[in-house]
Amino acid sequence: MSEELLNLTLHVWRQNGANDAGRFETHQASDISTHMSFLEMLDVVNEELIEKGEQPIAFDYDCREGICGTCGMVINGMAHGPQKLTTTCQLHMRQFNDGDEIWLEPWRASGFPVIKDLVVDRSALDRIIQAGGYISIRTGSASEANELPVAKEDADKAMDAAECIGCGACVAACPNASASLFTAAKIAHLSLLPQGQAERRDRARKMVAQMDAEGFGGCTNHGECEAACPKGVSLRWIARMNRELVRAMVKADTPIQRRDRAS
Amino acid sequence: MQGALTLHQTTVGKKVIMAVSGFILVGFVIGHLLGNLQLYLGPEAINGYAAKLHSMPPVVWTARLVLLFAVGVHIASAFSLWARNTQARGSRYKQRKDLATDYAARTMYWSGPILLAFIVYHLLHFTILPAHPGDVYRNVVEGFQVPLIAAFYIVGNIALGFHLFHGVYSAFQSLGANHPRYNNYRRDLAIAICAVVTIGDLSFPIAVLAGFVTL
Repeated sequence: MSEELLNLTLHVWRQNGANDAGRFETHQASDISTHMSFLEMLDVVNEELIEKGEQPIAFDYDCREGICGTCGMVINGMAHGPQKLTTTCQLHMRQFNDGDEIWLEPWRASGFPVIKDLVVDRSALDRIIQAGGYISIRTGSASEANELPVAKEDADKAMDAAECIGCGACVAACPNASASLFTAAKIAHLSLLPQGQAERRDRARKMVAQMDAEGFGGCTNHGECEAACPKGVSLRWIARMNRELVRAMVKADTPIQRRDRAS
Repeated sequence: MQGALTLHQTTVGKKVIMAVSGFILVGFVIGHLLGNLQLYLGPEAINGYAAKLHSMPPVVWTARLVLLFAVGVHIASAFSLWARNTQARGSRYKQRKDLATDYAARTMYWSGPILLAFIVYHLLHFTILPAHPGDVYRNVVEGFQVPLIAAFYIVGNIALGFHLFHGVYSAFQSLGANHPRYNNYRRDLAIAICAVVTIGDLSFPIAVLAGFVTL
């Protein structure tokens, strides 16, 4: 927690598009303040790379406040780095020591093709949402707030599941690159609220079918996703997704729709 | 209702199938242990028990067919998920740190095949090609007096123990039973079943090797 300046060795994954094989490159990060965020440290390294006429390290970010879910990389083998319940942008350099070697890798999953370096294409998660993560509602002026009563306990649970920011760390951390925690959080969130009941029966079937079609693995209950999740989304939502799916499939009278990867 | 027949088409459904078939097999393993404990009551008890089972072919064959079916769908689902899961990563991480998983969970793909090999050997050894048909006690004691055979049984049952620990704990999750209030009991149950079955099964070859059980 001191004011010291850090000198770090970065081993960064460099990959020019999905068809490039990719390789590690080593860069030095010199005189890094412990007050910097991890992304600010990378900004400093990139400034130097640009001055030298080299390609800066590509990484994803947006809000830098830990709420949007855009940033994310595997730091020393851990999605979003060593600090629990923290996104990469909210990880600070005081978590590291002078002389540390840091390995930076993108989320590695067949469902997340690399766009460049540490940036991956996570639109598979959007397609899972599109498959069933919506509700049908009359739009127009806002309805009366108390028109639809929601039990406090249900509201709390739905909010817990809805904490998911869709960053994809669960996929990155899972030994099977499974998107179960993400998909489950979305299914659970809507299944708990009255607005989510109209499509409830088909939602789990559609979203699980899309999750499978995107090439993600299955859940083998290791719990790595929950440990890596910057929002602490619980494994219990995966159990709830399993219940939702079984119930939907037992009641369903039409076979499950086969979905393409990019429908 | 026919929708339930398409469960195997999804990754979630495959895990449900593995959990249900797994519970059937866990039930068998516990019953099998209870029956085998009669080894300690002497030759008459265990041979009488075996003869009684064999006097009821419909019961024995129903149980065998159910078990064979459970083993079949369990392995088929596991293989299909394994094939999918190895594809899903794409490229390997250079650095990877596990934060939550345990040894039993990480070695399911090892303990499973070891168990399968053990079960095939075990069936050949005692059920299909026994040295002394009808004399279970003699088969067991003479078999386990060979250190190599006893060692294989010990390895097979340690694999069973690890497989059971993750399997029982995880099957509840696959079937949707996860609640913060009860999760500790779920873990305790998995540990209890794993401990009882492993210690019980290991006791037979060890007791014979140590000379506690003799002809």
